[in-house]
Amino acid sequence: MPTIYDRGQRGRKALALPELSQPEEELLRKIPEGMRRKAPPLLPEVSQPELIRHYTHLSRLNYGVDTGFYPLGSCTMKYNPKLHEELARLPGCTGLHPLLPEEEVQGALAVLWELSQYLKEIAGMPGITLQPAAGAHGELTGMFLIKRYFEDRGEIPRRQKILLPDSAHGTNPASAAMAGFQVVSIPSDKRGMVDLEALKRNLDEGVAGIMLTVPNTLGIFEEDILEITDLVHRVGGLCYFDGANLNAFLGRARPGDMGADIFHFNLHKTFSTPHGGGGPGAGPLAVSEPLIPYLPVPEIVKEGEKFRLHFDKPKSIGRVHPYFGNFLVMVRALAYILTLGDEGMREVSACAVLAANYLRVKLKGTYKLPYDRLCKHEFVLSGEGLAEGIRTLDIAKRLIDYGFHPPTIYFPLIVKEALMIEPTETEPKEVLDAFCEAMLRIAEEARTNPQLLKEAPHRAPVRRLDEARAVREPVLRYPFLA
Amino acid sequence: MVPKDLRYTKDHEWVRVEDGRARVGITEFAQKSLGDIVFVELPPVGKEVKKGERTATVESVKAVGEVFAPVSGKVLEVNEGVTKSPDLINKDPYGQGWLFLLSLADPKEVESLLTPEAYEELVKGGG
Amino acid sequence: MNPYIPHTKRDIEEMLKAVGLPDVEALFSDIPEEVRRRFKPLGLPPRDEIWVFRHIAELSERSTGRGLIPFLGAGLYDHYVPPLVGHILSRAEFYTAYTPYQAEISQGTLTWMFEYQTMVCELTGMEVANSSMYDGATALAEAVYMARRTVGGSTVLVPKSLNPNVREVLATYAWAAGLRLVDVPYDEQGQLRLVEVPEDTCALIVQEPNFFGVIEDLSGLKERIGRAFLIVYVNPIALGVLEPPGKFGADVVVGEGQVLGLPLSFGGPLLGIFATKMEYLRRMPGRISGRTVDAEGKEGYVMAFQTREQHIRREEATSNICTNSALCALAATVYMAALGPEGLRRVALLSMERAYSLAERLFSLPGFRPAFSGPFLYEFAVACADAEAAVKRLRQAGIAVTSPVLLRKCGVENAFLVAVTEKRTPEELDLFVRALSS
Repeated sequence: MPTIYDRGQRGRKALALPELSQPEEELLRKIPEGMRRKAPPLLPEVSQPELIRHYTHLSRLNYGVDTGFYPLGSCTMKYNPKLHEELARLPGCTGLHPLLPEEEVQGALAVLWELSQYLKEIAGMPGITLQPAAGAHGELTGMFLIKRYFEDRGEIPRRQKILLPDSAHGTNPASAAMAGFQVVSIPSDKRGMVDLEALKRNLDEGVAGIMLTVPNTLGIFEEDILEITDLVHRVGGLCYFDGANLNAFLGRARPGDMGADIFHFNLHKTFSTPHGGGGPGAGPLAVSEPLIPYLPVPEIVKEGEKFRLHFDKPKSIGRVHPYFGNFLVMVRALAYILTLGDEGMREVSACAVLAANYLRVKLKGTYKLPYDRLCKHEFVLSGEGLAEGIRTLDIAKRLIDYGFHPPTIYFPLIVKEALMIEPTETEPKEVLDAFCEAMLRIAEEARTNPQLLKEAPHRAPVRRLDEARAVREPVLRYPFLA
Repeated sequence: MVPKDLRYTKDHEWVRVEDGRARVGITEFAQKSLGDIVFVELPPVGKEVKKGERTATVESVKAVGEVFAPVSGKVLEVNEGVTKSPDLINKDPYGQGWLFLLSLADPKEVESLLTPEAYEELVKGGG
Repeated sequence: MNPYIPHTKRDIEEMLKAVGLPDVEALFSDIPEEVRRRFKPLGLPPRDEIWVFRHIAELSERSTGRGLIPFLGAGLYDHYVPPLVGHILSRAEFYTAYTPYQAEISQGTLTWMFEYQTMVCELTGMEVANSSMYDGATALAEAVYMARRTVGGSTVLVPKSLNPNVREVLATYAWAAGLRLVDVPYDEQGQLRLVEVPEDTCALIVQEPNFFGVIEDLSGLKERIGRAFLIVYVNPIALGVLEPPGKFGADVVVGEGQVLGLPLSFGGPLLGIFATKMEYLRRMPGRISGRTVDAEGKEGYVMAFQTREQHIRREEATSNICTNSALCALAATVYMAALGPEGLRRVALLSMERAYSLAERLFSLPGFRPAFSGPFLYEFAVACADAEAAVKRLRQAGIAVTSPVLLRKCGVENAFLVAVTEKRTPEELDLFVRALSS
């Protein structure tokens, strides 16, 4: 795969920049000798057409929602409306410096305030911060809030434990540990839900809280959710809800009504903002009444028709973002909420859940379905036992040959050889049917021609890549010839 | 499959007793479930370890295997060979792929380890 | 149905039939009835595209600040963003993809990540870089966590000349981890004066150039702190003309990458730069792309060293970071490739030229003097009798500068910061000087 460093020639350039009006040396002399750069960084030297052609070429080696079906479980790869891209390019959005005085940025503050009001109502919770830059950042902020809350009540270090179902996203235990909590894993029961007895055994005055994903990563709604949150509250603990799966009940139920104290949104999942090849996203956090005093500063408040930044919050954990969070992501999310309205949001969850159940029912005869019950927006199959020697990885790679992005694989960890499928609401039935067709044919191929799977993909820009070599013999930057 | 001259743990480590010392590695079953091993972290020589203490780490591309000391003792020697070529563990887990050598603080601890038969049963049950 | 959902009534009926349910409501029977009963809608009607466009466009126009001439910096700078950057970023294959879990159909992302890592290493003089953190502030906080994990100790030396917004984020993270932040003072040049290094120091932070715009001398610092990490927080544009921190033994270089081809965007999304030494690779947070070969021996890229990350190591991961600032890192990659080594230096020098020209004229006015005597690049602190009044006069002339409040947080009274990028014209400089000439 040629890199930009393999293109161009020394001396080529892609931009016409202004000329200096004095010799370089004059200016460079103003920098103390010891701090003056001696050798320039080795950056590419390419003409503008070469540059554009290179990155256009790279883009064509990629697979995105706009190129095809992307049922990556837990990531909600729904369609990203183009109106939003245009709105995020408005000069009144891109051109604003965050340190302008508040009276000069009333429009931007209005966007933040308006979005805050809607998100609070969607969560059914009275407090919010928009600062977290991603879901995991929201989780970490949530853990900080829990810590500050108990610190304020004099219950730190006694409350050390964060309970986590064994089906949790990896970010959950990592966030809890980063905030200095001790992680206690709670097993799932036969239904794929939190094992209530195991939960009760672990509940005591040392519990700071529980982190739940609702519905959980098996795509199953915790039917005992009210009892779980009640049990945790009774020992004085707080309930954190990971909102990665909000697409499952948008417009129909609210975490606040389920006993959540903290809930993070993934605007890049539920609210259709693009995933950007790995980011940026946004992870706003809604909180219950008792946690409001601890939210990050500044808070955006409305006084009459004016918006103000409120910094004077003595109990606040402080900032978790240097400014206000990922503003351009929020502009897109606001546009999405306004377009949908209540009715549109209900349609989202209805169609996302219907599509997932449709695929589940069509595939379960052929693939193992370890937890066979009504699912929400996603479900988890197992590639185990499909055919001798065939692994889920092989199924995933073969799906690429059929023109589909594979589902999330090997997660959640409680299902062996997991295939986690989330179709979202934006795929037409024809595409869902074609995906099923491909899955069924792959199952057939696994028995009749396993080699076809083992060696897949056959129709991608590269064949199966050697991941072990990338670690055993690391090449992590361009190897310039000396 | 399971060598008869070794003792085992339920965490898939093996122990070979050699003149009052214990050579430790991970089993065929463990290397297979991890996949291509790409990195090994070994304890410093001279370290005292307690039975059950996390002593080494074996990583594949997408999994991390913790190696617990099967018995208590002092680390006498570590296998630099696997640090350089971690795939030795995949190729020869009971031979060139050994991890560390311990002095035996309490030889009786060996008695509490799984026999080859018991370990074979464990693996048959899926580990 | 909203415009993003394709299902017709018939599609829905067919799917319901396949699932064996009477209606859509039955799909939600597993949510406790009590919860469903408590639900309250927002009271929002669906809106058409024209309405939504107009609504947000109107809000965006309400921000009068967008019409001001930005001499505002303090961490984010109004550099020229060539349209070619936005053009590449709007390729849907890039922006509608996610994390490159399936390498074979993500070679575009993995290849630019590899290029980005290379460019960041070149810029900073470090051996290995990850392919982005959220922003410079959280990158710094993560670097401090990494220092503590690596060398132990719970004291972090933080210059009073560190960007106060960045410091506030760091303070939140430090509190949660039980780390103690100890101030390092600055002298009349505006440069840090490292007086004492407590026994349990895990890191010394240096901002380059610092919040006052002053160039710090990095030589000898690493030697003074021994095993503790030297963490340098950089403005990457400045590295076009400044010696890379790697040359001075920096253990981690972090920084705010907004200057590399990203608009100001009211402060987000941003780009956290993170680079370190090869020996700390396994302790580094964030994603890395690595070169390898496919089954036929063809070169390609994969995510490497994933066992450091949360999806594998869970509570023992080097960080919880998952979603990062990928698309912003792509912008930086395209920007740096477009500039090349010459262009990067030119942007830094053009900004400097304009900054020095303004400084010279400004400081010849009565009542205005440099707050610090140290060398600067393209941002500097102006001291005067009444900073608030000066800022107000500039505002009346349509110019924005950094509010004196931030400098006050660093202990500097009656001063304001001025940043001058290559975008500022001679006319704008004239206007600036005129506004302050009484």
